[in-house]
Amino acid sequence: MGVSCRAAKGAMPTTVGGGLFLLSYENLSVVVSLLSKKRGTVNVFVSFVDREKIMIHRYKLNGYNIVLDVYSGSVHVVDDVAYDLIGLYETCSKGEIVWQIQEKYPDVLKEEILECMEDIASLKEAGKLFSQDTYAGIADGLAGHTPVLKALCLHVAHTCDLSCSYCFASQGKYKGERALMSLEVGKRALDFLVENSGGRRNLEVDFFGGEPLCNWQVVKDLVAYARSIEKEANKNFRFTLTTNGMQVDDEVIAFANREMHNVVLSLDGRKEVHDRFRKDHAGRGSYDRIVPKFQKFVKARGGKDYYIRGTFTHYNTDFTEDILHMADLGFTQLSMEPVVCALEDPCALTEEDLPVLYGQYERLAREMLRREKEGRGFTFYHYMIDLGHGPCIYKRIAGCGSGTEYLAVTPWGELYPCHQFVGDPAYSMGNIWDGVQNKALQDKFGKCNAYSRPQCQDCWAKLYCSGGCAANAYHATGDIAGIYEYGCKLFKKRIECAIMVKVAEAEMREEDETI
Amino acid sequence: KRIKTIETRDLAKSAGCGECQTCGVANQPCEKK
Repeated sequence: MGVSCRAAKGAMPTTVGGGLFLLSYENLSVVVSLLSKKRGTVNVFVSFVDREKIMIHRYKLNGYNIVLDVYSGSVHVVDDVAYDLIGLYETCSKGEIVWQIQEKYPDVLKEEILECMEDIASLKEAGKLFSQDTYAGIADGLAGHTPVLKALCLHVAHTCDLSCSYCFASQGKYKGERALMSLEVGKRALDFLVENSGGRRNLEVDFFGGEPLCNWQVVKDLVAYARSIEKEANKNFRFTLTTNGMQVDDEVIAFANREMHNVVLSLDGRKEVHDRFRKDHAGRGSYDRIVPKFQKFVKARGGKDYYIRGTFTHYNTDFTEDILHMADLGFTQLSMEPVVCALEDPCALTEEDLPVLYGQYERLAREMLRREKEGRGFTFYHYMIDLGHGPCIYKRIAGCGSGTEYLAVTPWGELYPCHQFVGDPAYSMGNIWDGVQNKALQDKFGKCNAYSRPQCQDCWAKLYCSGGCAANAYHATGDIAGIYEYGCKLFKKRIECAIMVKVAEAEMREEDETI
Repeated sequence: KRIKTIETRDLAKSAGCGECQTCGVANQPCEKK
């Protein structure tokens, strides 16, 4: 059977299987479908799809067939027939869909297929499937928007009582000299935040380092100062403390549990994994000293937020074991992040690690569901998506806010887009007395989102990551507007698992209600 | 019934108060719910 097509110059015909030929030209796809000759006739169907305006993502995981409608955020759980049908719906005619589905599923009646197609049409009509991308204007608006500050990462200590070789902050010194933030600099930073926060009421401050407990008195004094000004300024300060745990004692626990909205406690998991990198200056591992303190800290926290936060590297690609170890220690709010380091570093994750890491994320999801059923569940930061009340489209497009809504402050009051740029002179933005001086750099960060990155246009996850981390992109490509592809791959796997977990949890709730 | 739809926030309807927490965006809870 010969096929000849006349197409616009530049159209690229490709065979996509099943008698389908796809002609792509700019944003338009023309799908030419040829039915088999065995029915005695050759039928040709042509349909047009504006690919740029709609996007769905279909995947199978842990026994679920999941369809994500990217632009509405809708999630559908479907059977095998509907899964295949949705895949054909926008590129095939009704007649061909019926034929293809019946070829694959001989027991399915034509009426059933047509009924399923009606359901799909209803979902499309309701804007829950094959919905249109109408958000480009929002992205353009955000790019020209005057930034309003709402969060600071206060580097109260550029020094640390540990000497972790994988530390992105060069053992807390950020490639510079050891330094502690003075109370005067800290107070000015808080005033700067209030002055530049516009009408926003909730203001976030993370005490960070280095190790912030190396400057604990200043941390406490800054909290007291913030509490003294927040009422008059009509602001609500929410503090976070990130600590390695070495200097945690009863006084730290009592203060942090009273004043800190969240605490992030660094633990990498199993003792041998943790102690490989997280050593003191004498070369001794810290696991045995910090775990009992963290257990006491969390127990006294009384339900307030905390995260046990680990880093995994090439040396523990079986990181799910470390997360489960944290859970077995009694911790229930867990986070585990891939290491950020130079590609040539021995602890850097490799392409060969990827299939292992994918498997680990899937295993983690299954194990979480299993433990939830057993009444000993735990949460994992990256799987904590709220499908019903998650972030609005503005947040999903604006991204993390680095360089615009969120700035890092050094011990001497210099401003950087975020903690991962501190120490790089090219990314110094100004200071807390004169404000942001490098407006061009701030504008560049303001335009840094999924809609400004050509590589993100066809990515189904773009409204979950908003183009990803600018610092990771910079370190991987030399450009904050670049793409850290390795991070993208891990992110997409995490989101697939996160949605699956939410689907499974919804199913478990339904089962409970039925009982 | 071959398709079950999970309840999700309608992104088109969500088209900005800025009160949510900043450091992906997927797991940032909406302050207003």
